[in-house]
Amino acid sequence: MTDLDLTVGPNPFFWDAATVRSFYQSLATAPVARVVIGELVCSKRLPFWQDEIAGAVETLLAAGKSVAITSLALVTLKRERKATAALSDIGLPVEVNDLTALHSLPAGQPFWVGPLINVYNEGTLRWLAKRGATRICLPPELPLDSIAVLARLGRELGVAVEVWGHGRLPLAISGRCYHARLHDHAKDSCQFVCGLDPDGRDVETLDGQKFLAVNGVQTLSQSTASMAWQVEALSDAGVTSLRLSPQSGDFAAICTSYADRIAGRITAMELASYLVGQVPGGQLSDGFVKGPFGAHWSAAPASQAMRPGL
Amino acid sequence: MELVCPAGTPAALRAAVEAGAHTVYCGFADETNARNFPGLNFDRAEMAEGIAFAHARRAKVLIAINTFPHAGAEPLWHRAIDDAAKCGADAVILADIGLLAYAAERHPDLRRHLSVQAAAANADVINFYAETFGVRRVVLPRVLTVDEIAAINREIDVETEVFVFGGLCVMAEGRCSLSSYATGKSPNMNGVCSPASHVSYAEEPGGLTARLGGYTIHRTAKDQPAPYPTLCKGCFVSGDQTGHVFEDPASLNATQLIPALARAGVTALKIEGRQRSRAYVAEVVRSFRATVEAFDAGRPMPEGALAKLSEGQAATTGAYAKTWR
Repeated sequence: MTDLDLTVGPNPFFWDAATVRSFYQSLATAPVARVVIGELVCSKRLPFWQDEIAGAVETLLAAGKSVAITSLALVTLKRERKATAALSDIGLPVEVNDLTALHSLPAGQPFWVGPLINVYNEGTLRWLAKRGATRICLPPELPLDSIAVLARLGRELGVAVEVWGHGRLPLAISGRCYHARLHDHAKDSCQFVCGLDPDGRDVETLDGQKFLAVNGVQTLSQSTASMAWQVEALSDAGVTSLRLSPQSGDFAAICTSYADRIAGRITAMELASYLVGQVPGGQLSDGFVKGPFGAHWSAAPASQAMRPGL
Repeated sequence: MELVCPAGTPAALRAAVEAGAHTVYCGFADETNARNFPGLNFDRAEMAEGIAFAHARRAKVLIAINTFPHAGAEPLWHRAIDDAAKCGADAVILADIGLLAYAAERHPDLRRHLSVQAAAANADVINFYAETFGVRRVVLPRVLTVDEIAAINREIDVETEVFVFGGLCVMAEGRCSLSSYATGKSPNMNGVCSPASHVSYAEEPGGLTARLGGYTIHRTAKDQPAPYPTLCKGCFVSGDQTGHVFEDPASLNATQLIPALARAGVTALKIEGRQRSRAYVAEVVRSFRATVEAFDAGRPMPEGALAKLSEGQAATTGAYAKTWR
């Protein structure tokens, strides 16, 4: 049993408004401490579901969850800059996923830092803490040794340090839309084809190896990262929270399964075998944390000092 | 316009300066820079000599310290900045917030450029870096169009530098962990992308198969050129589609856009390729210097000279000309 709690990250996918509504309603009774909401991947999607945000926030706050609003992952257009600047007026903590959001965030206003900000080391964590960061979800790429150093410093500085706990990994973001490209559409006339794939569109190698998933301008892993086996190692390292990234299916039940694992009601093996039946494609990974490479699935707990020479 | 040229070795630095580079960029031989390849880069003495050589010929030297320090190992990166200042570098090229803060505090007089690895893609975030860390020049990510670059320049006070030739990242730079997903080694943490140590080739019935970390990246028929298996330029399958899902294996050549980039307010043109040979660097630099001089003098620009140097024999103007939007 550990004292980790759970954060639900922003939904990276393009779901219709009704699906978004029932998704956040289902989280109201899920055993999660906090939820990050808002459009992360593509500003063009937002008009289709933004009317759901206020209601979802109200439901989640009433259920006792903390709620933050995310910035876009890659801000380029003028309207995106305006929308980013307006985030700090909403009255919720802003989760910064592009440093553009810091430009307009008033000094002294606390904020969260999402996994798409490059927090690789103590200097960066210290600077963000000084600027007002109260919670940082580390980039999924970090190995356990780095996580341990940063989680310790976070405890010292009063910054909660969170780790990617579940979900297809956000591997890259681009100005170019791969979903549109796969459908032979230009980005500006994409016809919102990313909405056809609620968990992203799978990409295999020429030899049929499961590899990546395209989600609009974002590239995800096809495997679902899971910290099923790493709960104790992460807790021992000083991590405060696991981030669960939305997927289709019964996500509230997935949240419950992690809460059960953290509370010691189920084992790592039980959680992992349950998840294999729930995640899109049925493939898990934890190689970024445990090594030797991101796509690897260990089915074993990680230990620190895996990277000699550092 | 200022021509910023790559140098992976002291010999390439001398060749670039002699071929007409206004500025050369290079890195120390360790994980502090994003071209951490075997046999490349400079030790401290070589760096000091290279800078002396360049300065004697009125060329500048920028030192790229543009990876993200590992937690628990920051002193290696801090020493790189201290030594860059000591060697007399004209600027350091940084991406990490912690390093920018360190450099601004410890070496306020050392000019700071923001690396493309910081992927600063709009005027607000550029102004944030300028105001917060005193950044004087920003290397723009390769996701912007010329119009977007012009709009950015109207709203910022710092200089901009853009890539005009060489390898092309289609992802926002410094925000990509595709390589470490397949191999455990990434640009951000290790200064390598799709590292040669994890590449294997096999002659198979379907052709020469190139794999990265065991993942098939492409397969080419016997008589066809086999490009290096860079992950995002691979051939993959998605549903009923087979092809280059992310990027065709073309390299960037924005030579013809130089006038437009100048009008967009760009200060410096950057050539990718610190991993390239001295001969390649010299030829590219010579050609670009001639192009820039022709442009500055109002003469028509020479055409096609660089085509044969392009990776995969195909060249693209990338995002700048907005062909895929």
